[in-house]
Amino acid sequence: MAALDIKLKVDASGLSCPLPIVRTAQAMKTVASGDLVEVIATDPGSVKDFDAWSKSTGNALVEQDAANGKFRFVLRRK
Amino acid sequence: MDETVSIVLFSGTDDKLSAAAVLAAGAAALGKPVKIFLQYWALDAFRADRIAADHGLSPEAGEAGRAAVAAARAAGQGDWLATLKAAKELGEVDIQACSLSMDILKLAPADLDPIVDGVQGVAAFYINAGEGQILFI
Repeated sequence: MAALDIKLKVDASGLSCPLPIVRTAQAMKTVASGDLVEVIATDPGSVKDFDAWSKSTGNALVEQDAANGKFRFVLRRK
Repeated sequence: MDETVSIVLFSGTDDKLSAAAVLAAGAAALGKPVKIFLQYWALDAFRADRIAADHGLSPEAGEAGRAAVAAARAAGQGDWLATLKAAKELGEVDIQACSLSMDILKLAPADLDPIVDGVQGVAAFYINAGEGQILFI
């Protein structure tokens, strides 16, 4: 698997709903269209939240996985 | 489709203020404009001299609920003012005080925390809400 060109990483570990999405939305504004942003969250609700946020805002959810209580999302700015 | 989410915030306890802040921040993250209309005890909680105070919890919280909220607070969660400020930085979040409640509580605009954008009546609230959802908390 080719390594993704991540432009910005957001560590939302320990933050509760809705802050992982809020921090991500803020971060997304600072990168260019097409850039990738990686988010790490520990809030289990973030899985459905990022899915819904991605669909609603049009920022594509490129990758996601979970391990050891951490959820990782890679989003591409619209 | 009108995407504006309007929240009539009536309650002034920290749990309900927190619930409203979470709903506002979530809507802002989705790019929806948010209007918050402060009435009665919510408005009292936005007084500049009280906004950072402990506003207690709803009666239904009970002992166990109080302990759970205290633990979350100790872990750095549930600071509704910080959540609301993040929502304002992120999107279009307008906070207006109800003019009738201002009268009843004998408040002047200068008594309110600067996070409040202005004072308006109920007609302005409805006009600004448009066809969007209105929540009452």
